[in-house]
Amino acid sequence: MNANTRSNRIAFRNARLIDPAAKMDVRGGLLVEGGKIRDFGPRLFNDAEPGDPEVIDCKGLVLAPGLIDCRVFTGEPGSEHRETLESASAAAAAGGVTTIVTMPNTDPVIDEPSLVDFIRRRAAATARVNVVPMAALTRHLAGETMTEIGLLKEAGAVAFTDGDRTIANARVMRRALAYAHTFDALVVGHAEDPELSAGAAMNEGEFAMRLGIPAAPTAAETIVVERDIRLMELTGARYHFGQISCRASLDAIADAKARGLPITCGVSAHHLTLNELDVGSYYTFRKVKPPLRSEADRAAMVEGVASGAIDVIVSSHDPQAADTKRQTFASAAFGAVGLETLLPAALTLYHNGRASLPHLLETLTAAPARVLGLDAGRFAKGASADLVLFDPDEPFIADAEGLHSRARNTPFEGRTFQGRARMTFVAGECVFDRAAGNS
Amino acid sequence: MGATSPTLMTGSADTPLLKSNHLLGIEGLSVEEIVGLLDLAERYVALNRAAEKKGALLRGRTLINLFFEASTRTQSSFELAGKRLGADVLNMSVRTSSVTKGETLIDTATTLNAMRPDMLVVRHQDSGAAELLSRKVDCCVINAGDGSHEHPTQALLDALTIRRRGRKFEGLVVAICGDVAHSRVARSNIHLLSKMGARVRLIAPRTLLPADAERLGVEIFTDLRAGLAGVDIVMMLRLQLERMAGAFVPSTREYFRFYGLDREKLRHAKPGALVMHPGPMNRGVEIDSAVADDVEVSLIQEQVEMGIAIRMAVLDALSRTLPREGRNT
Repeated sequence: MNANTRSNRIAFRNARLIDPAAKMDVRGGLLVEGGKIRDFGPRLFNDAEPGDPEVIDCKGLVLAPGLIDCRVFTGEPGSEHRETLESASAAAAAGGVTTIVTMPNTDPVIDEPSLVDFIRRRAAATARVNVVPMAALTRHLAGETMTEIGLLKEAGAVAFTDGDRTIANARVMRRALAYAHTFDALVVGHAEDPELSAGAAMNEGEFAMRLGIPAAPTAAETIVVERDIRLMELTGARYHFGQISCRASLDAIADAKARGLPITCGVSAHHLTLNELDVGSYYTFRKVKPPLRSEADRAAMVEGVASGAIDVIVSSHDPQAADTKRQTFASAAFGAVGLETLLPAALTLYHNGRASLPHLLETLTAAPARVLGLDAGRFAKGASADLVLFDPDEPFIADAEGLHSRARNTPFEGRTFQGRARMTFVAGECVFDRAAGNS
Repeated sequence: MGATSPTLMTGSADTPLLKSNHLLGIEGLSVEEIVGLLDLAERYVALNRAAEKKGALLRGRTLINLFFEASTRTQSSFELAGKRLGADVLNMSVRTSSVTKGETLIDTATTLNAMRPDMLVVRHQDSGAAELLSRKVDCCVINAGDGSHEHPTQALLDALTIRRRGRKFEGLVVAICGDVAHSRVARSNIHLLSKMGARVRLIAPRTLLPADAERLGVEIFTDLRAGLAGVDIVMMLRLQLERMAGAFVPSTREYFRFYGLDREKLRHAKPGALVMHPGPMNRGVEIDSAVADDVEVSLIQEQVEMGIAIRMAVLDALSRTLPREGRNT
């Protein structure tokens, strides 16, 4: 199955085609020509073997639109020792992710049109998957004055966010939302009250108390969710919560959705698969923002994905260098890499019978495309051939050494998963082939 | 070896007392291990009261006191314990040195490990520091206080003090009063006393109680007088200065009025109730001098004395896990 050549035509045969956007799950074929999907369906290649194109026999494995990960932190510019756009894109390709949406939390912060342009140019020159930048909502992520939302949007920023920072000042937030609404710009929020969670390293509760770790309650998240819903009502802006982690936040968002507000939300793969007990004996690779929550909240997140109340699953990929993790739990940096475990971790919901494969894939393809207004994440004739071929049942053990990311801070080291990408294609070009090693 | 200790180091010196070769907390100890340490410490109390205090059990061994947070009394207690057992003791204050130069805690551990100590006594402002170090070094690690997590030798010395006053743990009612939320002493004592069959109460304003404190199997009181009713032992905790003045309590005078232990409030406890404090005390904040200095009720000086005996017992017990032949690698 070597497809490394820049073939003009690729024929995928014997695939289980899943297109969540069209609720399609059939056995069939797909033809790529000139980087685009030319045709697909159950009857394709039925009558005749494909002629001249390169043929890939999928042997019944799943062929789906490539994943879109709406929450990826990199270190470029400024902290290239943690991650570059190139290394993040290699990790993405190995994870079946064909589009990464980057956070503006870099040094310098992506708060100028020229910096959005820098990301796009660097990505075009070095990245093997599509890179879509978000820009800062406030200058220097300081939460005080808004950025040039109109110009940044023109430069190619897909949404506006302060990444993993919450804008503490409700007046600033209100104005930013109102101004963003003027340009129909999407605002992506992070919900963690900075004062209530000051100094906190994990979720408040019995376990944090026993470990003696400074902790923040889930209310620190829900207070911001509820505040921002009120501000949405005042301003009419479109709003997406990058990731939530507890039932109370989900209830507040579900209620706002029911009232017709243009609100969406995401959850990280690690909040679906790990809980606060996994911090174990001060395991700093499981120190993330927001913190891993109680089992009840984790179960609520799974339920939210299953019911559709949660729109997207993200990796919240946040590469950290060893020196910032080789510390005590309270002093260690937040963050976990996740691009390469996004699909396997999400698939645990399928294997546990909590979500069908098409539904699960929707949260990773069509739904993020819809939230961000991207023309991607689905099968359509003429659409860019961004594809992932994966075996949903292949067992493997997560291993930090095998990661393509520059950072090794995976929270899943040693965990057994089922299902991972075999091949990944961006615009018809194979950017990852597990059989060929590191592609 | 002193003349008073012919039975002290013989026979028992090879008997394993602890399952682990580290003492990181009380939570992981069994009742048998706790009782074993207390019994061993009793014998060191006798040695410490003799004229010739020096033993040879740890001769040739190196003990490093690694203190990331200043603590004169705990550090001197470990230093004396080590020296009285014959070890070479090195005090390292890392509070301002390499850590501020960007060295990670694990780097520090690796560096120290290369110096081949046999025992590492660690005090650190962050919970889990001792455990982290224990995973990276070959020697025995003793937690001398990590963040708000545990301070096992303090709980052991408190238990020894109580036991030497002839009190039985089974059914004993102990009130731990004050800043429980930030206290490693409180956590270690809750674990130890509960394991030994005592009934523990926590008494503090809500801001100084940890969330979900009830889950530790203790009774919670926010009124000192009500909480003291029927109590045998009153353990007062130190209120850190930075936690007063509005952050967790409005003022020291308000705190003293409602939560400071004075003679009047102590009268609500069981007659003959004894008072303890891990020190250093804030007189007039959590405890009135009249109570602290009353030798009839206060065990505070005795706690300091027992501290050395307990630490000697811990060093003795852990030294039994050390390889006798040295290391070749």
